Amino acid sequence: MNVAVGSLEQARNDAWSLPLEKIDPANADRFQNDTIWPYFERLRREDPVHYTADSAYGPYWSVTRWNDIMAVDTNHEVFSSADGIVLSTLESIAENEKIRGPRDRNAGGFISMDPPHHGPKRKTVTPVVAPDNLARMAPQVRERAGIILDSLPIGQEFDWVDKVSKELTAMTLATLFDFPFEDRRKLTYWSDMFTNAPGHGPAKSWLHKKEAADECFGAFAHLWNQRVNAEPSFDMISMLAHSPATRNMDPREYQGHVVLLIIGGNDTTRNTISGSLYALNKYPEQYAKLRANPGLITSMVSETIRWQTPLAHMRRTALRDFELGGKQIKEGDKVVMWYVSGNRDESMIADPNAYLIDRERPRQHLSFGFGIHRCVGNRVAELQLQIIWEEIVKRFPDIRVVGEPTRTHSSFVKGYETLPVVIPARN
Amino acid sequence: MQHHDSQDDGIRTVILRCEQSEPRRMPKVTYIEHNGKEHTVDVPEGWSVMEGAVKNLIPGIDADCGGACACATCHVFVDAKFEAKIPPKSDMEETMLDFAPEIQPNSRLSCQIKVTPELDGLVVRMPQSQH
Repeated sequence: MNVAVGSLEQARNDAWSLPLEKIDPANADRFQNDTIWPYFERLRREDPVHYTADSAYGPYWSVTRWNDIMAVDTNHEVFSSADGIVLSTLESIAENEKIRGPRDRNAGGFISMDPPHHGPKRKTVTPVVAPDNLARMAPQVRERAGIILDSLPIGQEFDWVDKVSKELTAMTLATLFDFPFEDRRKLTYWSDMFTNAPGHGPAKSWLHKKEAADECFGAFAHLWNQRVNAEPSFDMISMLAHSPATRNMDPREYQGHVVLLIIGGNDTTRNTISGSLYALNKYPEQYAKLRANPGLITSMVSETIRWQTPLAHMRRTALRDFELGGKQIKEGDKVVMWYVSGNRDESMIADPNAYLIDRERPRQHLSFGFGIHRCVGNRVAELQLQIIWEEIVKRFPDIRVVGEPTRTHSSFVKGYETLPVVIPARN
Repeated sequence: MQHHDSQDDGIRTVILRCEQSEPRRMPKVTYIEHNGKEHTVDVPEGWSVMEGAVKNLIPGIDADCGGACACATCHVFVDAKFEAKIPPKSDMEETMLDFAPEIQPNSRLSCQIKVTPELDGLVVRMPQSQH
């Protein structure tokens, strides 16, 4: 505990004493040790549209205030997604090019496309996450949540990430894909292999990452072939294989969609499930409120999505020169919208660093993004969080976090690798 | 139909009243939840139809983006009689609605509808849920 506090103090000193131009908020080490906050605090105050000239990611702009983020997110004509939506290290870009050749514009999943390519492809999968289908899915998610929770040990330490967060989200994602259920944890593994740099998470080397990607793409090519030769069914792969907007995709574009749906479909919800338990333990008075009034679960879920911000940023590329917050962004510049910072913008959210499960407007957060790329699966995420907590409060008076979590080494995926907990007793 | 007729009468009465005397009363907006529950409230001119719901704590409109036409969680179906009285959709509203479920020809984002005296008596219905 002392170490963590000490390093945050150190970070505070560094963040406020470094020359502004040296501030590189994408440094993944600071996300992993949870010391990123003072850097964003300073940028919001002193340089809300900030340029980092030299970093492992090359040069990039950081947009850190709510209103500026909104201005970028809703202006897809200037701020393009077609060259990718993650701020990647130059090393990662070079390694990926070595393996798969140069990246084409508009060739990833639909999140990495601009209009007119984006809309029809996005709409191919939206029926799966529309209200009618969510209503159909809910009882199944509830049953699975119950089975997971009933199998947890009592009075014994275990890893919440592995036993609950990953398990529930892998089950849901397997259903959305109609992926072989017994292999569901491969989805989680592939997701971690996609998002982690070598030396972090399960990824040992670039070659190791390539092998995992090949295995994943092989499995999904098999699913495509299965679905394309069968009658259309109500899962995302069948929809992609049969929809006029996507059935003629080349394999690379299909792979882009697979990566998008795997990461978007499990990482984010997984890390918010872990984040909810962590936050409720960090702020026990909030946990007490929830226990006393389970009707607060819905707003607790939204507050956790804000507080956690499971994807710390989205990146855009300027298609032309543009003035933002008095700064001249040039055509071709990379522009990072730091949702994690906008969600702590005191000019928009009262007492933003506090975790308050009964906030007045808990849905006011940037975590799903805004504009045409707004998270397509936001309601599936909320549904899983809502249900797991409804089932938790039915079963357990308390779940105790018994040590600090280990955090993901990433300035994109803001999550947890492990979270040690003990459940003292059943209700 | 009875309902609509009486509303027509209501509008005529309001117009007469507005012409004849001050002070003008605030336009009324009726919000009908997906389950059929109706809420009729006075909404000050210049507010959006979304604000009229949120500030009166009427359920069924989330308005996550706070009125920036950037999320489609304030989706409503506008009563046919009022469709022509509301300015047409911007490209952004069109695009955001295009990605929302349950879209009908009379779908609008209520943050983009400014309340005016002409909209007095406006009736909007809510979808099953906001996405």
